Amino acid sequence: MPIYLPIAELPVNIFLILGLGLAIGFISGMFGIGGGFLMTPLLILLGIPPAVAVASVPSHMAAASFSGAYSYGRKRLLDMGLGLVLLSGAMLGTASGVWFFALLRRAGQLDLFIALAYIILLSVVGALTTAESVRAIARAWRGTPPILRRPGTHAWFHGLPLKLRFRQSRIYVSAIPIMMIGFVAGFIGAVMGVGGGFLLVPALIYLMRVPTTVAVGTSLFLTLVTMLVATVLHAVENRTVDAMLALVLMTGGVFGAQFGARAGLAIRAEQLRLLLGLIIIAVGVRVAADLVNPPAELFSVVSKEIWE
Amino acid sequence: MRRQGAIGFFAALLLGAGSLAPPAAAERLVTSVSTHRVLITSNFTGVELVLFGAIDEAPAGVQIGAYDVVVSVRGPARSFVTRHKQRVLGLWVNADSREFDKVPSYLAVMSNKPIAEIGPTELLRRYRIGLVYNVLPLTANDVAEAPPEDSFRAAFLRVKTNEGAYTADSKGVTFLTPRFFRAAVPIPGTAQTGDYQVETLLIAKGAMLAQQQTAIEVVKTGFEAVVAQEAKSHRFFYGLGVALLALTTGLIATLLFRYD
Repeated sequence: MPIYLPIAELPVNIFLILGLGLAIGFISGMFGIGGGFLMTPLLILLGIPPAVAVASVPSHMAAASFSGAYSYGRKRLLDMGLGLVLLSGAMLGTASGVWFFALLRRAGQLDLFIALAYIILLSVVGALTTAESVRAIARAWRGTPPILRRPGTHAWFHGLPLKLRFRQSRIYVSAIPIMMIGFVAGFIGAVMGVGGGFLLVPALIYLMRVPTTVAVGTSLFLTLVTMLVATVLHAVENRTVDAMLALVLMTGGVFGAQFGARAGLAIRAEQLRLLLGLIIIAVGVRVAADLVNPPAELFSVVSKEIWE
Repeated sequence: MRRQGAIGFFAALLLGAGSLAPPAAAERLVTSVSTHRVLITSNFTGVELVLFGAIDEAPAGVQIGAYDVVVSVRGPARSFVTRHKQRVLGLWVNADSREFDKVPSYLAVMSNKPIAEIGPTELLRRYRIGLVYNVLPLTANDVAEAPPEDSFRAAFLRVKTNEGAYTADSKGVTFLTPRFFRAAVPIPGTAQTGDYQVETLLIAKGAMLAQQQTAIEVVKTGFEAVVAQEAKSHRFFYGLGVALLALTTGLIATLLFRYD
């Protein structure tokens, strides 16, 4: 069944978009990531103009993360204090990211930078997550107790001032490294047009030693707030938010996120992390393949107006 | 476009006076499109309009095949950038680029036979007949000089044709009688809103006999028009509205799933 998108100015199959929203929403709820790094390229592949895709995806992520964040919150797996400290860093990071984005666009190598950044980040984060979770699964297999929390060990940032106790995350650390993590996630998110959740969750788990489920719940909360802000900013700055596309995507997304959150709570934490690591690596490999393989069409045509 | 038309007309006068003998009869062209206003609604996936044309004051005893007709539909002019990828350090990256300013965002060329058989290159270039001659920075020099074989222009046409934005149909015009023809005018679902110029050319033996211009307006209507208008005029509240929509959708799904 076709439906006409008033801002993208083209008809799409409503069930295809609904299904896409559902599938990405499932992944989003399961892993606590926005799913933007999967959704935006898929929409562009369907023929939606990049400017419309980038601007409309955040509202889907907001809707999907709302229902996910609510589910985690009710199970006391959302650390509001941690979320607010991360958010203050993320806002600064987003603002710097938008500025850096404009700088790169003027230099004319935005596409290449985004692709390289994707490959480096996705492969590093994906490899670290996968390797760690494989070790955890192997330990569980052998029957040795997990050694995730090491009370005696102290990283450099444990000596920093402004120490805060985050009860639900069961950590007592300085606000500075947490704001820095928020800043990096916000910066990368703004430059690459993604939510930054795929960075945030591993950073909280491995650097801050936040329990996986709390990291996922808190990341969903952060995604919710930043994506709501991003929707309004895109509407004001770019005027390319397609309400119809957003509505269909988010309708699929919220239901997908509900099932995803359930699935995420049902399977073991290290298996969840292994799955996330593999998905991140798969996307990284895909981006790298596009950059290395000779393209079928050496030329590309973009409308000038839609980017100006 | 008006200036290019004037150049073409002027060149035609010169050429007509010089080399080719002017056609004996003064044929006139009368055309009519089935609708001048295409409304985009929520289930719009494109529409096919029909153009009927009659050749007035044609000499007696003409047969089908005496005249050639080319119908060109040009969507709102847009500017495009064509980028060429090259291999740098093993990676395929955008290297050089070329801008195409104010070319049709949509282009359909319908004719009763292949464009190449309709007339000499000068005629095709002067009246912008066929896909190739529409995407050409037409200057006074171009009337005299052959266009250079340009990989960017060829690539632009190839990409646009693959997208479905540019089409050529050498069987798109059908003569029903020797003086009466019909052309299918496709407006695709991806059509941009705005004015579409429909140009009908009457050609015989490689010489231009008559031209007719008409326009079709493609507009959004109903809910689609409201959304597009609000996105432009009330940007902040539109964005806020979509953000609230996201929260509401999330809330509804959460409440629906609350049974456990």
